[in-house]
Amino acid sequence: MEKSKTLEKIVGKFSEAVIDLHSQLGYDTVIIAKSALLEVARFLKQDPELQYNYLMDLTAVDYWKRTPRFEMVYHFLSLKNKYRVRVKVPVGGAEPEVDSLTSLWPAANWYEREVYDMFGIKFKGHPDLRRILMYPEFEGHPLRKDYPIQKRQPRVGPK
Amino acid sequence: MFLNIGPAHPAMHGVIQIHAELDGEIVRKADIEIGYLHRAFEKHCETGTYSQCFPYTDRLNYASPLINNFGFAAAVEKLMGLEIPERCNYIRIIMSEISRITDHLTCIGASAMELGAFSVFLYAIKAREWLYELIESVTGARLTVSYARIGGVKADLPEGFEERCQATLQKTREVLKEVDQLLTRNRIFYDRMCGVGIISADDAVDYGITGPFLRSTGIEYDVRKAFPYFLYERFAFDIPIGEHGDNYDRYLVRMEEMYQSIRIIEQALDTIPQGPTNVDSEGNVIDPDLMADLGKFGKTSGLLKNEVLIQPTLQGSEKRYHDRVRAKSKEAWLPPKEQVYSNIEALMNHFKIVMLGHGIRPPKGEAYVAVEGANGELGFYIVSDGTDRPWRVRCHPPCFPIMAALGKILVGDQVADIVPTFGSVNMIAGELDR
Amino acid sequence: MEIDTKGNMQTGFFTSRIDKMIGWARKYSIFQYPFVTACCGMEYMATACAHYDIDRFGAGLPRFSPRQADVLFVVGTISQKLAPVLVNVYEQMCAPKWVVAFGVCTCTGGFYDDYATVRGIDHIIPVDIYIPGCPPRPETVLQGLMLLQEKIQNQRQEV
Repeated sequence: MEKSKTLEKIVGKFSEAVIDLHSQLGYDTVIIAKSALLEVARFLKQDPELQYNYLMDLTAVDYWKRTPRFEMVYHFLSLKNKYRVRVKVPVGGAEPEVDSLTSLWPAANWYEREVYDMFGIKFKGHPDLRRILMYPEFEGHPLRKDYPIQKRQPRVGPK
Repeated sequence: MFLNIGPAHPAMHGVIQIHAELDGEIVRKADIEIGYLHRAFEKHCETGTYSQCFPYTDRLNYASPLINNFGFAAAVEKLMGLEIPERCNYIRIIMSEISRITDHLTCIGASAMELGAFSVFLYAIKAREWLYELIESVTGARLTVSYARIGGVKADLPEGFEERCQATLQKTREVLKEVDQLLTRNRIFYDRMCGVGIISADDAVDYGITGPFLRSTGIEYDVRKAFPYFLYERFAFDIPIGEHGDNYDRYLVRMEEMYQSIRIIEQALDTIPQGPTNVDSEGNVIDPDLMADLGKFGKTSGLLKNEVLIQPTLQGSEKRYHDRVRAKSKEAWLPPKEQVYSNIEALMNHFKIVMLGHGIRPPKGEAYVAVEGANGELGFYIVSDGTDRPWRVRCHPPCFPIMAALGKILVGDQVADIVPTFGSVNMIAGELDR
Repeated sequence: MEIDTKGNMQTGFFTSRIDKMIGWARKYSIFQYPFVTACCGMEYMATACAHYDIDRFGAGLPRFSPRQADVLFVVGTISQKLAPVLVNVYEQMCAPKWVVAFGVCTCTGGFYDDYATVRGIDHIIPVDIYIPGCPPRPETVLQGLMLLQEKIQNQRQEV
């Protein structure tokens, strides 16, 4: 399989952190270990050739009953090269936690808050990690697969 | 002083709350609270089949529902590797651009109204109403259209659409001219908008902002040009850009984008391919109920030659030109009714798609597809586990990064400037909170 | 109605005519408070603007202060997070007041049967007129408004 420049560079520099990589449906994807996330993101952003200056999307997927249970999904875009790459990071454990990207992109702030709200994944180094879509009294994390969609919680009275 | 604006505030079309920390009239810090319209879009998509997601996508950005529809459809098609017929792509482009015009009209009209220019709002909604009538004749609904299908669109364009569309666009152009005359060189409007709500190009990129908001800072990024989808690469259009990144530039960018959308639609109407027809027109038109009855009694001979008249709730669906607007794929499309009633293969195909637990099943994998929504890049990230329900649907809402940056943009401006700045964001709560 | 003395009949006759007159005055001077949250707002705009012109029914002037309004239009989905705000707005309105549930989300919750939304605003505040539709067409809204006017006309008027 022919690798694109981005994937080649990542493999070359972080060979021990790369778990898997593919270009399914023409979209470069690299799965890396949790510990290397911040470094890989910084490399993607600052490498003069790649210049992935956009953190386009940040989300998580809950693979229930699989270990590790969660997977963080980052979509980066390079305005200069008009090229996209997807970085995935498996996260697991009872208290899932991953490094925050807020130091690199302020855009990560709200996305990470949303992931925390919906999945309960904590972000190390996030300045203001609190719920964003649900109200603070809400218990549980609704986008987890074990949260039933119709499970309502008591309304909190007028503030 | 602390000032609490919203969630039920007249100038907040859409529900958000701004906790502003003031020093006299100057905003020193603004904390934005969102989530008042969280309706669990992503969770609902996981519980339904792929086709059942379309009604929910309508209600994401309800000012331009067709773009959301097509965006979701494109993501699933990418996952399945479906090839879309040429005519269908043209229809999608035409309808997307009409939607973009309605969205920008709403945005400009509403933000002008908040600055006191009420007539502009009335004119803009008048033009939007004509476009809604056009949309209704194609899709059967004004707002919540659910027009896209996986592998195509619900129905072909109705008879005489081209002429009506051209006439409407001409009228819309006149309204835009009126709006332009009322606003662009209006002293009050100019003073309220110019130099207010400034964001630098670097900040905009760092916050991940796209769409008219980004283009007003001078960066030329438009998904339609950068990553052409459908068949946008065939059309000539310009990407308007501003230079200051303030409210006034955003207004100008939106105005110009509407002219460009009209340009695209006119080109598309001129060159839309006719494509093959599925049913020959020699057969007699019979009532669908009658045909069903004949089928039940086993009288199927000659049915294939008949052209079926569907009840006209939707004008375009009377035209039975399946091949034009659908992908040539058995996995995604219901076969024509006259074939279901007349041969076993089509019946089985119908059964496989309709039955619970069968349905449309993209292969295992993931896809991220972005389209240019009215507010910026609208992305759908879908993870499929090979069943008929998506494992995960993530919508990348274009408003979200803009709202994240709003707290920073407002700082340093006056309290009264919150209203035009917020208006130029064109915040749509449905896609912001999902 | 049982009439035993001439005097009683006169007062009864008189009060009912007064009631009618006040009702007539009230039904054509509706000051509405649009509590607009979601998609239905687009159709609310369409109804309020020149094409359908809600002003023909004397309801053309929205008041954005609940204390000045007498009909509360609840337009769009009400989430659990927003519900306390709605109750707050309703309680600030002066009697006599009426509530119109605009769109199916406010009537029953519509297809948003999940952890985040309220299944119909009548769980939290009383409703006078339900306008179904997702969103309702402007014609439906106008019919709902006329029904509300009928209700205002025929009810016992508190002064």
